Amino acid sequence: MMDIKEIVKPENLVYGKSELLIDTIMHYCPGCTHGVVHKLMAELIDEMGLQEKSVGVAPVGCAVFAYNYIDIDWQEAAHGRAPAIATGISRLNPEKFVFTYQGDGDLASIGAGEIIHACNRGENILVVFINNGIYGMTGGQMAPTTLEDMVTSTTPCGRDVDLNGYPLKMTELVAQLPGTSYVTRQSAQTAPAVRKCKRALKKGIRNVLDRKGTSFVEVVSTCNSGWKMSPAKANKWMEENMFPYYPLGDLKDGEKGNPVSNN
Amino acid sequence: MAKVRGAVVVDTEVCKGCELCVESCPEGVLALHLEVNSRGYHYSYMKNPEACIGCANCGVVCPDTCITVYRVKL
Repeated sequence: MMDIKEIVKPENLVYGKSELLIDTIMHYCPGCTHGVVHKLMAELIDEMGLQEKSVGVAPVGCAVFAYNYIDIDWQEAAHGRAPAIATGISRLNPEKFVFTYQGDGDLASIGAGEIIHACNRGENILVVFINNGIYGMTGGQMAPTTLEDMVTSTTPCGRDVDLNGYPLKMTELVAQLPGTSYVTRQSAQTAPAVRKCKRALKKGIRNVLDRKGTSFVEVVSTCNSGWKMSPAKANKWMEENMFPYYPLGDLKDGEKGNPVSNN
Repeated sequence: MAKVRGAVVVDTEVCKGCELCVESCPEGVLALHLEVNSRGYHYSYMKNPEACIGCANCGVVCPDTCITVYRVKL
């Protein structure tokens, strides 16, 4: 039988940490989807040789420390204002690849105005939208994307749509806007889903480099500590409850200026 | 089909014991160790190393990128 030491050699490497990921231990909870999406962004920027060209805009939320983890230029934005900051950066530096990385509390709630108008103007940015249906950082309060009857710390009896409104489908909203060129919803709970999500993010980056307009990639995610579940159970709960309301797939894939989504 | 053997190296100090790699492994190679790292997490390790095929599913799903995967063709 072959010894492990004979297999563990640099020439046999099939998967390892991207050089763009800084060696800091992430502050995220065990099993958090943020770690996976950070890793995908770092891998893609590295593979596409964009380290010197990339500017990320970090939000307020759990991903507020994103600049500690990926070795590119970052700008911190006020809560929800990442698309406005990204607009400025990308207009003044049209050769740069600019992306925002936002959670659902940031993008769908306080930043709903900014994201709608940035997408409507068709700014050449990639928006990475992490949707876990809860305010993770502040202690699991209800977010605009919280599902009906979902228990959070501010809706202990479940979200009542008569009182709190309906869960907001941001991706469907921005797909209607003529400024967007690529709008998709992905997830990252299994290896095939992560690989698919990586392809979607890559397409988004390509669109920004080709100046096709705004690309919007939603990643349906888990917040296992906010949901009070183990990471594996949270993934299962997401598949059973989040996916029926937030169905995965491309909503729009085309050119800027087309107001109608193609399916 | 050519036979393959894989090996997984876990950075035990970075691992947070979320168990997503254990769930993603199609061959049942990985498990959480009974011991904990310096931050108190039960880290992932190769419980059944002979079965590893080096598919890298564990590395792909790991949120903390603490898994490195190697593979050889026999």
